[in-house]
Amino acid sequence: MNSETKNIKKLNIDQSLELDCGKIIKNFPLAYETYGALNKSKSNAILVFHALTGDQFVTNINPITKREGWWTTAVGLGKAIDTNKYFVVCANVLGGCMGSYGPKEINPETNKLFGTTFPVITIRDMVKAQKYLLDHLGIKKLLAVTGGSMGGMQVLQFVSLYPDMAHSAIPIACSASHSAQNIALNELGRQAIMVDPNWKKENSTPDKGLAIARMAAHITYLSKKGLQEKFGRKLQDKGSLKFSFDADFQIESYLRYQGATFVDRFDANSYLYITRAMDYFDLEKQFSGNLSLAFKNTKSKFCVISFSSDWLYPTVENKEIVIALNACGANVGFVEINSDKGHDSFLLDVPEFLKTISEFLSSTYNEINNEKRI
Amino acid sequence: MKKEFEVISQIIQNNKRVLDIGCGDGTLMEYLKANQQNDVRGLEPEKYLVQKCISKGLSVIEGDAEKELVQFPEKSFDYVVLSQTLQAFLHPEEVLDQLLRIGRQTIVSIPNFGYWKVRLHLLIKGTMPITKNLPNEWYNTPNLHMCTIQDFVNFCNKKNITIDKSMCLTNEKISAITKVNMQYKNIFSQLGIFLIQ
Repeated sequence: MNSETKNIKKLNIDQSLELDCGKIIKNFPLAYETYGALNKSKSNAILVFHALTGDQFVTNINPITKREGWWTTAVGLGKAIDTNKYFVVCANVLGGCMGSYGPKEINPETNKLFGTTFPVITIRDMVKAQKYLLDHLGIKKLLAVTGGSMGGMQVLQFVSLYPDMAHSAIPIACSASHSAQNIALNELGRQAIMVDPNWKKENSTPDKGLAIARMAAHITYLSKKGLQEKFGRKLQDKGSLKFSFDADFQIESYLRYQGATFVDRFDANSYLYITRAMDYFDLEKQFSGNLSLAFKNTKSKFCVISFSSDWLYPTVENKEIVIALNACGANVGFVEINSDKGHDSFLLDVPEFLKTISEFLSSTYNEINNEKRI
Repeated sequence: MKKEFEVISQIIQNNKRVLDIGCGDGTLMEYLKANQQNDVRGLEPEKYLVQKCISKGLSVIEGDAEKELVQFPEKSFDYVVLSQTLQAFLHPEEVLDQLLRIGRQTIVSIPNFGYWKVRLHLLIKGTMPITKNLPNEWYNTPNLHMCTIQDFVNFCNKKNITIDKSMCLTNEKISAITKVNMQYKNIFSQLGIFLIQ
């Protein structure tokens, strides 16, 4: 266990879990956080899945990084996912670096950091591990499962594995199988880390490589229009071009800052493992090339959401999920939200988006509670 | 709820699966779900209307019927509803083929271009008719393929589409269309509503 995360909530899973890679893990920690209170009938629980660089600290101040939680725009008191009303659960994924079993943890057998000796994990492994947490919390049926990007992939995997465990599902800005473009972009990030000479050295971290990976990834989270409007060709210092390779443009300086701050909170090996899990995600292949079979038994009501300027997980990929759901007669709604903010839209204050989630959740909540009264 | 929707909801039996194409703000869907225990889905091209529907807990997909209908399996709904939209499609015949494929039965309503006020407008004024049901000018109307009740019936006959029910609406009054009164109804009805398969 690494010392930074020893005071946070963890469930030690004493059962064994066979990973997709064939290895069996047992006695492993899953770090998690909860917000709000579970009601008596245990019908107000929402499982939130985090994305690539997220963690269990969805809202409020993250006790480790001391920064705001990654989904403070959507989750909290009076927010779209209102913690006054709902019980929100989020776990750090397997392979993560915020206290869950991952490459940053100590291997009890060798007393050394796992590093790249950690087994390769998949989205399905991540989801199976989180099912143990729900069992531990005594939640038999969730009001909703939701998440954006890799979080959305976990939503799809969850409803496919446990078709009767969620009243509703909100996959956001995601895809049922990672595209060649996205695999390529992830590979770029991984290579940046692995060519950093510090990557293989003991007691050092490949900060430069990880920073570059983050810089490249960050571009993919924004849109061309968004970048142009925010930065344009604005210069860092008001003066003129420096005729050097310093950060002349504001966009350069912004990216450098994003890279530099990222390495303080994220583990390079976790970045390798989690991007790999995303690349391996192919729900269609799990069902012999017929995605609708993944949802054949689902009882969940779906609200699929995409963003108009998201080119990383474009509307067309989100719509493939909708088409597969329709093909098996599932209960599905879909909307593309207009936003210039690219893939990152799901993390930002986009009122139409937040309103849609908020109202979809309350209508689901009301339907369930009306049924109970009858 | 408008009279047309009352008529449509009366045609639809309880506890059946219904797909509402161009469902708008979901008024008909809401009624069917609450009062007739129908399992309803909708398709709507306007974002703000889709959001409205989702807010109400209605499962509506944002999309264009001319492109999206292929994704629904054959006979996956008991009823497919298309209210006053057929004339607005670029390829109404293809859309209708899709509706008939997806639904066991299809309910189509059309604004009647044979209505006497429409005929009179064109006859007297010599300009494209503007009425309560057809409020737009020729240059900004969404209606690309206007037809009359007689046209629609002829079309169904030609394509071997069975008409199970045909009704018409005039000034909120509902009546049945029969072979005998067809000529008359084609002049005096504002709207035709058909149950076909």
